Amino acid sequence: MPSLGADMDEGTLLEWLVGPGDLVHKGDPVAVVETAKSTIEVECFATGTMTELLVEPGATVPVGTPLALIGPMAEKPQEPERAGKPHRPRKPAKARKPEGPTEAEKAEERQPVRHAPKKAEPSPPEPAPVPVSASAPPAARQPGHIEAGPLVRHLAEHSGVDLETLHGSGPGGRVTRTDVEQAAAARAAPRPPRVRATPFARRLAAELGVDLATVTGTGTGRGSAVCAADVRRAARGPATPAPPAGAKAVRPVARPAEDRAAAMRRAIAGLMSRANRDIPHYYLSTTVDMAAAMDWLHEHNRRSPVGERLLPATLLLKAAAMAAREVPELNGFWTDDHFTAGEGVHLGVAVSLRGGGLVAPALHHADTLALPQLMTALKDLVARARTGRLRGSEVSDATITVTNLGDQGVETVFGVIYPPQVALVGFGRVVDRPCAVDGLLGVRPVVTATLSADHRATDGAVGARYLTAVNRLLQNPEQL
Amino acid sequence: MNRTDALDMVRESISTVIPDADVVALGPDDAFRDVLEMDSLDFLSFVEVLSERSGVRIEDEDTPQLTTLSGSADFLIAHTE
Repeated sequence: MPSLGADMDEGTLLEWLVGPGDLVHKGDPVAVVETAKSTIEVECFATGTMTELLVEPGATVPVGTPLALIGPMAEKPQEPERAGKPHRPRKPAKARKPEGPTEAEKAEERQPVRHAPKKAEPSPPEPAPVPVSASAPPAARQPGHIEAGPLVRHLAEHSGVDLETLHGSGPGGRVTRTDVEQAAAARAAPRPPRVRATPFARRLAAELGVDLATVTGTGTGRGSAVCAADVRRAARGPATPAPPAGAKAVRPVARPAEDRAAAMRRAIAGLMSRANRDIPHYYLSTTVDMAAAMDWLHEHNRRSPVGERLLPATLLLKAAAMAAREVPELNGFWTDDHFTAGEGVHLGVAVSLRGGGLVAPALHHADTLALPQLMTALKDLVARARTGRLRGSEVSDATITVTNLGDQGVETVFGVIYPPQVALVGFGRVVDRPCAVDGLLGVRPVVTATLSADHRATDGAVGARYLTAVNRLLQNPEQL
Repeated sequence: MNRTDALDMVRESISTVIPDADVVALGPDDAFRDVLEMDSLDFLSFVEVLSERSGVRIEDEDTPQLTTLSGSADFLIAHTE
C-alpha cells in the first residue's frame, strides 16, 4: 500500500485492474485504492509479471503492506518484488528497484521512516506473507544469503528474530524492517488468528456491528471462512457489540457521505496539525501588477477558440512553477532533518471539493508546460480530483503547492505548508486597485502573492527571491 | 431562439458542468455562480458548453452578462437573432 500523501495511514483496496499472470509496466495503473480523501489509481513502480495478488478488494490495510508480488517478465517468476511500495516523493523512482547494493542499502536505511514508529502495528492483511519460521526463501535466492541492510540486521538481532527464517518483502526479496517487526511481534505475543471471512462478510459485519471473532464460519475454503449469511445470523442472535479495536480492519468499502466527509476532515486535521506543530513557518507577501498579464490574457482569449481560453490562474501557476525552478531551495522536501530538492517542478494545486475538503494533486513538470498545455492539464486534474480518479503519483509527489483563493473573493491567503514540502504559494483575487505608475496614480489590476515557507529549509532572503521572481515573470507574460 | 429554449439551454449547460447541481431550484435572477459555488474553471467550462450549443461566440467581456439564468437567456436571444 503506497503512501499517497503524507496524511495517509491506511488505504482500502477497492479493485484490482490486473490479475495474476498479467504483464505490467512501470507507471501502469494496477489497482484502485480509496483513502480518506479520494479514490486513487495506484501505478506500478516496476515492469514485470504480476505473480500474486496479496490483498483482497475490500480490505483496508496500513501503508507499507505489500499488495502483490511482481516477478520478472520470464515464465518462471523468481525473486519476486513487492508491488505497492510506498511512493515516497523524496525518493527517486530508481531507488525502488533493486539495482546496486548502494541504492538498495540507502533505501533500507531510510526504511524506518516508512512507518511511523509510534503507531501500533495493525494486524496484517489476511493473505500477507506473515513470516513463518518454516517458510522457505524464494527459490532463486542463495540459501544462507539474506538480503538485509545493516539497520534491519541490527533490529533483527535485538528482537531475537532469525533473518534466515524471514520471507523478505522488500525489492528483490530483501528483508525489510517491517518484516522483522512483524516477526518480532509474532514471537512476543502471538496474535489471535485473524478471522477468515469474505470481503462482503467483513463489510456487513462492520455495518451490523458484529465482531467477526465471535462468528462461526460455515463458508467453504480452508478453515471455514465466515460468509455473509453467518454474519447475518450472528447479528440476529445475542447482541455482541463489536469491540472498537476490530473496527479499523473491517471498515466498509462504500462509506456513507458523512463518514467520508468526517474521514476527510480527520485527514486534513492530522496533516495540518502536524504542519503547524513541526514546521516553523515564515510568511512573505507582495503585490504583483497584473496589467501586462491581463492584457496578454485578454488578447490571447480573443484570438482563441472558446475551448482554448486561459484563466488568470494559468499564468499564476506557470509563474509559480518557473519561479520554483529558479529558486530550487523551495522546491522539494524536508525529511529526516535535511532538505532534498525535488526532481522537476511538480506543482501541487489545492482543489476544493464540492462536498467539502480539499486535495492538492500535482501538475507534473508544470514549469515546462506551455500555457495551453498547462490549462488542459489543470482542467483534467481538477475534473478528476472532483469526480473521477487521481493517480498515485499525482497525489504523492508534489514538490511545492499553490493555493489560489481568488475565486472565493479573498485578496490574500497565508497558507499552511503541506508536509513534507517546504513552501506553499498563495494567490488571491485579481482586483483593480489605485497604484502609483510612473509617478502618476493609475488603476491597475493587481494580485497579492504570498509565500509560506519552512524556516528549517530556507530563510526569508530565499523566500523573497522567490516572490520577486514570480513578480518578474508575470511582467513578461509572453515568456511564460 | 425563444426565451424558454434559451433558459433550457442555459440550465442544461450548467448541468453538464456541475452534474449534481439542482438547476430546477435556481431562480431566474439568482447569481448561479455563487449559489452553485462555481469556480473560474467551472464557469469557463459553462461558457464553453453554452457557446458550443448555441453557436454564439462568447467573449471574456460578455461574461458579466452571464451571471443569472435570465441574463444568460437575454444574451443568447440577443445574439441569435
